[in-house]
Amino acid sequence: MQPLLNSLPETVFTTKVDDLLNWGRASSQWYMLFGLACCAIELMQTGGPRADLDRFGCVPRATPRQSDLMIVAGTLTYKMAKRTKLLYDQMPDPKYVISMGSCSNCGGLFQVAYSVCKGVDKIIPVDVYVPGCPPRPEALTEGLLRIQDKMMRERWLVKAPKVNKTSEERAGT
Amino acid sequence: MEAKEIYGKLERRFPGKVSGFRGDVFDPCLNVEAPSIVEVCRYLRDDPETQFEVLSDLTALDWPKENKLQVVYHLYSYAKRHQIVLKADLSRESPPPNIATMEGVWKAANWLEREVFDLFGINFEGHSDQRRIMLPEDWVGHPLRKDYVEQEEYDGISTERAPLVEKLLR
Repeated sequence: MQPLLNSLPETVFTTKVDDLLNWGRASSQWYMLFGLACCAIELMQTGGPRADLDRFGCVPRATPRQSDLMIVAGTLTYKMAKRTKLLYDQMPDPKYVISMGSCSNCGGLFQVAYSVCKGVDKIIPVDVYVPGCPPRPEALTEGLLRIQDKMMRERWLVKAPKVNKTSEERAGT
Repeated sequence: MEAKEIYGKLERRFPGKVSGFRGDVFDPCLNVEAPSIVEVCRYLRDDPETQFEVLSDLTALDWPKENKLQVVYHLYSYAKRHQIVLKADLSRESPPPNIATMEGVWKAANWLEREVFDLFGINFEGHSDQRRIMLPEDWVGHPLRKDYVEQEEYDGISTERAPLVEKLLR
């Protein structure tokens, strides 16, 4: 697989394989149980029967080694921040992070506290920010669909078009 | 037993060691000289009239203007259904401020004292396991002190934040 990576010309066949791979990944995002505060209640609600994350193939895992997606749900303290970094490093690539709620976005309500980390993006890269305090299950589901979009745009076999443009490139187009 | 009676009892038993009784507040309180806090508490626990078998809270206050730290003990008796608050003043300047541990009287004091040590930096002499209880071991400073200054970063994580409120005020 390794010599093929990003080397083939863009043909229908390989593109289909890429899409198939992405479709498979996007439809089975196993997310790590990472409830830190009250957002975890909404996370449970999202996994519950009404919002039902399971219909997108999302299954909660209790270990980082089996997870593709980390949903940071709740207030992140400095003490936890160290552990968060460790858990993120233990996840296998490719991995994605949703920052759920004001607290993990920027510290939120507790950002003036001495012990609260001012946003999870200070320690790990974040793909999708979901605003809200806490976000409703619909909002988190939307965030998950954005992750799916991102996955579907990625290329594994064909020469990679730039998926993640820099902010300057994006401003240019 | 009324709080005032408890105070009178302590005044007779420990003359000059207790003072400053306040009965007009929700939790009646009195001051105890810091060096004799353990014997006063032991007496309150063992005396058949008071029977304070529970230490429901142990916390502290910082008074920078008066240059003192105050350790606060909330006692409760389930047998007698009465309560009292004891306060012990310490100087802020003798670093670190020292007071004897209450562990020998109520075992519950162990974690409560660790919390006060963690957040106020008060040293409890004779404590069996005096470590930080909530903040990480390598934390600098004691955040509930009024003169606490936040560090620039903790473990490589910047503690800076975007000034959201200033933006709103402008």
